[in-house]
Amino acid sequence: MAESAHPRELIVDVLLELQEHYGYVNDEAMSLACDLFDMTPLEIDELATFYDFIYREPVGKHVIHVCDSAICWMNGYESVLNLLSARLGIKYGETTPDGLFTLLPACCIGYCDRSPAMMVNRKVYGSLTPEKVDRILERCRNGGRPEESDETER
Amino acid sequence: MSDMVDQVLFRNRKPDRIATLEEYRAGGGYEAFARVLRENAPREVPKIIDASGLRGRGGAGFPCARKWMAVPEGGPFPRYVAVNSDEMEPGTFKDRVLIHADPHSILEGMAIAAFAISAEKGYIFVRPSYENAARILEREAERARDAGFLGKNILGSGFSFDIIVHRSGGRYICGEASALLKALMGKRPNPVKAPPFPTDKGLWERPTLVNNVETLANVPHIIRNGPDWFKGLARTPTGSGTKLYCVSGRVNRPGCFELPMGTPLSEIIEQHAGGLPEGRRFKACLPGGASTRFMTAEHYDIEMDFDSLASVGHRLGTAAIMVFDDRTCLVGVTLNLIEFFARESCGWCTPCREGIPYVRDLLWRIEHGEGREEHIPQLREMSRHLWNAYCAFAPGAASPVESLLTFFEDEVREHISQKKCPFGGR
Ligand SMILES: Cc1cc2nc3c(=O)[nH]c(=O)nc-3n(C[C@H](O)[C@H](O)[C@H](O)COP(=O)(O)O)c2cc1C
Ligand code: SF4
Ligand code: FES
Repeated sequence: MAESAHPRELIVDVLLELQEHYGYVNDEAMSLACDLFDMTPLEIDELATFYDFIYREPVGKHVIHVCDSAICWMNGYESVLNLLSARLGIKYGETTPDGLFTLLPACCIGYCDRSPAMMVNRKVYGSLTPEKVDRILERCRNGGRPEESDETER
Repeated sequence: MSDMVDQVLFRNRKPDRIATLEEYRAGGGYEAFARVLRENAPREVPKIIDASGLRGRGGAGFPCARKWMAVPEGGPFPRYVAVNSDEMEPGTFKDRVLIHADPHSILEGMAIAAFAISAEKGYIFVRPSYENAARILEREAERARDAGFLGKNILGSGFSFDIIVHRSGGRYICGEASALLKALMGKRPNPVKAPPFPTDKGLWERPTLVNNVETLANVPHIIRNGPDWFKGLARTPTGSGTKLYCVSGRVNRPGCFELPMGTPLSEIIEQHAGGLPEGRRFKACLPGGASTRFMTAEHYDIEMDFDSLASVGHRLGTAAIMVFDDRTCLVGVTLNLIEFFARESCGWCTPCREGIPYVRDLLWRIEHGEGREEHIPQLREMSRHLWNAYCAFAPGAASPVESLLTFFEDEVREHISQKKCPFGGR
C-alpha cells in the first residue's frame, strides 16, 4: 500500500483479503479497513455492500454461487439448484448448520459454453451433471482439493 | 470448423494452455511494439489504427482511433490505460477465451495504446469469476517485464509503462466505462455522465483510455501487418478485421469462434456452432448479449457486423449470439434477463431502480398465467420509460422487452389467453 500513489484503489483487494481471513467482512474487518484507508464505516459499507463477492454476513467455508442467467436457465440450472438444496438441506441465501456451505445465486459467470455452471469459492465448474455436483460436494466435505475446475481453455 | 478460416487473435490458441511469451514472440509478438518505439512518434500510431477501421469490441463499436486521438496532446500527466475485462454481459465469454489463448497480445496492445497517448500505467479490470484469467495476466505481465517489454525505459526508448491487474468485487455495472473508472479508484461505482470524457478527465482526473480486451488485442496485429490487411480480413465492405463470436443456447457446439467480421449468422450457427439439435428450429437470437434486441429468423442470413445489423435496427453488441429454438419460451427468457437487470441495477436513478422491477413483475404474471390484456401496453410504456434513465444500462434492459413485444406479441398473448405458459415454463 505504501507504494501506491492512490491507496484507495486497493480497497477491494483489502476487503477480499480481510474476508479471506475472517470468513466474511465482519465489524472487526470493517474497523481495520477504516483505519487503513482513513475512511468512515459508512464509506466502507457503501462499497462492501455494492459488490456481489464481498460478504457482509457470515458465510460457510465453501460458498457456492449457482449461475441462474439465461443460458444456464435454458440448460436447467434449476435442477442443479434443487440437487444442491436437497443434498445440503438449505435454500438460496442460507448456510448449513455445520458452517460448511452457503448457497447463493450468481449472474452469468461467463462460462455459457459450459453451461450449466457454478462457482465454489471463486473457482468455476461447468457442464454440470448430478454426478459432477456430487463429486464436487464430496471433495469439499473431505477437505481435499476440489476437483479440477473448468477454467482452462479447451 | 474454425480452422478453415485465418486465425489472428486465436492463432496461438491451443487446448488446455496459454501461449507462452516465447511462442508469442516466435510468431512476431512484441515486434509491433518494438517498431513503434523505434520508428514512430506517439501521435502517428492512432493514424495507423484509424486507417484500419478498428471499432471497439466492448459493445458500442466506437472507432478505436478516434478515442485515442481525443486524448489532448497538451493534457496533464500521468495518463492511464484501463482495459475492460469485466465481461459480465450475459452470453459473453470471448475475453475469457482470448486471455486463456494469447495473453501477450493484450499486454502488447496495451503497451502500444499507452505509447500512443503517453500513458505510464495500465490497469486490467477483471471480474471475480475470471480469477484464473487475472492470475494468468499477472504472471505473464511479470514475464514481459523480465523480458524488458514493460517497466522503465523499455528497450532503451525512454518510454516507461507498467501494468496492474485489478480484481473487481463483482457487479455488472462496473463494465460501464465511467463506473469502471470509479471502481478502479475505490469509489462506489455508480456511472457518471460525460462530459468530461475519460480521455480528458478519467482516473484521478487524468486522461484515461478505456478499451475492451479484444479491441486492444487487435492492435499489435494491425501495426505488424498494416491497416489494409486488417480491412481485408472482413467479409463486408465497411467492416474490418475478424470478430470473436460467442455462440450459446440451443446449438450443438457452443463456443467462441474467430471469424471474419461480417460472417453470416446462419454460417456461424451451422458451420461453427454445429447447428441446432435435431428436430429444433431457429426461432430467434440475441445477436450481441442480453442488452440487444431479439432478432428473428427473417435475418437468419444477415452478415454479422456493426453496419449490417444497424441497417435493420439491431446491434452487434458483444457479438454474443444466444440462440433460441421453437420450443423455448421467449417470455421466460425475457423474464430471466429482466431478473438479471433488476438484480444488477446500481440503484442510482429512479426509472431504472423502480422501472425494471415493475417490468419484471408484469412479465412474471404473464409467464405464470396471471397476465391480462392491459399488461401489454403497460410493458410497452415501461420499456419506453427506461430510455429516460441515467446510463445505457436501462435502455439495454429495455431491448429484449421491447423486441419481445414487437416480434413475438402473439406468443405473449397466448400466455394471457391460455392463462399459462404454452411451453410449460421452458
Ligand atoms: C451496463 C454496461 C456494461 C458494460 N460492460 C462492458 C464490459 O463488460 N466490457 C466491455 O468491454 N465494455 C462494457 N461496456 C461498454 C463500455 O462502457 C465501453 O464502451 C467499452 O469498454 C469501451 O471499449 P471499446 O471502445 O474498446 O469497445 C458496458 C457498457 C454498459 C452500459
Ligand atoms: S440506469 Fe440503472 S445502472 Fe444506470 S445509473 Fe440508473 S440505476 Fe444505475
Ligand atoms: S448464463 Fe450461466 S454461465 Fe452464462
